[in-house]
Amino acid sequence: MARTLYDKLWDAHVVAQREDGTSLLYIDRQLIHEVTSPQAFEGLKLNGRKLWRRSASKATPDHNVPTLDREKGLKGIKDKVAKLQVTTLDENCKEFEIEQFDILDKRQGIVHVVGPEQGITLPGMTVVCGDSHTSTHGALGALAMGIGTSEVEHVLATQCLVATKQKNMRVNLNGVLPEGVFAKDLTLAVIGKIGTAGGTGYAIEYSGNCISGLSMEGRMTVCNMAIEAGSRAGMIAFDETTMDYVKGRPYSPKDSEWDVAINQWKDLHSDPEANFDKEIQMDVSSLKPQVTWGTSPEMVIDIDSEIPCPRNESEKLALEYMGLQEGMKMEEIKLDQIFIGSCTNSRIEDLRVASSIVKGNKVSSNIKRAIVVPGSGLVDQQAKEEGIDEIFTEAGFEWRSPGCSMCLGMNPDQISEGQHCASTSNRNFEGRQGYKGRTHLVSPATAAASALSGNFADPRGS
Amino acid sequence: MNEYTIHQAKMLPLDRANVDTDQIIPKQFLKSIKKSGFGPNLFDSWRYLDTGYPGQDNSIRPLNNEFVMNKKKFLGSEVLIAKDNFGCGSSREHAVWALQDSGIKSVIAPSFADIFFNNCFKNGLLAIEVSDEVINKLFELSESENIVNIDLENQALLDINEKLICNFEIEPFRKKCVLEGLDDIGISLQYSQEIKAFEEGLKQKSPWIFR
Ligand code: SF4
Repeated sequence: MARTLYDKLWDAHVVAQREDGTSLLYIDRQLIHEVTSPQAFEGLKLNGRKLWRRSASKATPDHNVPTLDREKGLKGIKDKVAKLQVTTLDENCKEFEIEQFDILDKRQGIVHVVGPEQGITLPGMTVVCGDSHTSTHGALGALAMGIGTSEVEHVLATQCLVATKQKNMRVNLNGVLPEGVFAKDLTLAVIGKIGTAGGTGYAIEYSGNCISGLSMEGRMTVCNMAIEAGSRAGMIAFDETTMDYVKGRPYSPKDSEWDVAINQWKDLHSDPEANFDKEIQMDVSSLKPQVTWGTSPEMVIDIDSEIPCPRNESEKLALEYMGLQEGMKMEEIKLDQIFIGSCTNSRIEDLRVASSIVKGNKVSSNIKRAIVVPGSGLVDQQAKEEGIDEIFTEAGFEWRSPGCSMCLGMNPDQISEGQHCASTSNRNFEGRQGYKGRTHLVSPATAAASALSGNFADPRGS
Repeated sequence: MNEYTIHQAKMLPLDRANVDTDQIIPKQFLKSIKKSGFGPNLFDSWRYLDTGYPGQDNSIRPLNNEFVMNKKKFLGSEVLIAKDNFGCGSSREHAVWALQDSGIKSVIAPSFADIFFNNCFKNGLLAIEVSDEVINKLFELSESENIVNIDLENQALLDINEKLICNFEIEPFRKKCVLEGLDDIGISLQYSQEIKAFEEGLKQKSPWIFR
């Protein structure tokens, strides 16, 4: 029978079917960070349980590592509670002999940047992490899902996840993205179209010639925000772009194993006749840069348009929270902060695009702070080799050390009450980037262009 | 009535759709390495007028009297009722722990975000999906007597007079786990042989996974 990519990944990992209809799904990889793991390790210890397979898990701290004073390592973490979380991860990794890229390791970074970068997450794998943006790894042709802490503990102890199969949904994106419009705009536009619950209960496969034409970085940006569309797992078929990206990474198969792997991976696509429970079509050739105006990623519009009339109570509250009125032009909104970073947009390609716009220009005087936070130590290193950091700092940006940073403001990088921030992250929820802060989600290009003008600016003109 | 009935419970009506886990428990409280103690910070930024931070004395903070949780009528509620897509956003299980730590035993909404829904059952918090019609009815009830009874065994919501409001669906296994307080890991470990056999096969087929 014809199967979807999701069907294939699922079938290849079912260990057992339980009487109740749930399945035990074998998990190839688990990524671990400091925030959602301490209670899981505590649970294991309390019940005297062992780790099922040590090599399956790899860890790195990312959520609350500071982005300044990195060379001081743990001593650079001023917040005592945050420090305890990071040292708890250190201790747990040591006790359970889990490989960790710790705060001083040059491979440290946001789990969802580090996994693919190291070849830790690979095509055909099942990947979990106690973090909802695990959907990112699906870009490699993997089944990747965010899980809760109890599930983290369950996977540590059994190497399996208790799961129910989701339905299949395909988002077909065709056409060529116009100049100045990027993967981030694409994924925001999809969420605008289907809503933040549009994918609930489904595994989403992104396909179409627009997706095939995207780089691996762009595909990760798209899958990263599958969760904002309500879906736990977003994925993209394996192709040559995937193969080129994966080849030669530290944990990727080598030599004769490489050929064996390719042979398995080339089947990682939906069969032509496969049936999807839901299909969405979108032509992207006239897509414009997207900006969110509200407090949910679905409250998104074209950069050159006006804030719509609120259609319900949530939208009314959102406008109130954001301090905006219907009919206002997006481009008139004055910005206070700029954040280029997060697991959505902190890869080298994102920084290259943004720096090309920033180059030779200055950040507007009404911007109080503009920061760039590379996704990992290796992205940081690469950017420095290309002189990207200097382009940003000369323009008036601050260049920081890798981590989640202002994406969720668990570390000191936050926005203040009432401030508007153009952010390349994935969530514009109330208070996400700081108490009463106002987040607008945009692409790195839009963030860069807006930093220069001090209000939202269309990167197509720059 | 059996012991798994949530009897004569007060409801906490949260009239919002898309309530995300950042609102349920803001990120600054995720720094804890424990599972308890999150209750006083449930809905922190809606509930208090100032900014909360971990370790502070919450009893002396200025309350937002407009927020439903702070209204006298709703103090001590055990059942949270909400609108569509409750618990969306971040996967933090702390959201469930915060609800439980505040005495919430069940959340009723027309729909839930997947991860949150799962997290509820991993912790024995009963999440119940009902139709828009039923949720509207519950919101109406919250304005009057504000009582609901939940009979999990019979999958029924009842009003103050134990008259049926509706029946609800729940996966049999989830129901069993909540009813019997079963340990999920223990159940899965009964499949150890199968897991080992599967793993052996995988090792032969795709050895690179094991690095
Ligand atoms: S960068 Fe943001 S969204 Fe990504 S893992 Fe970190 S906190 Fe989560």
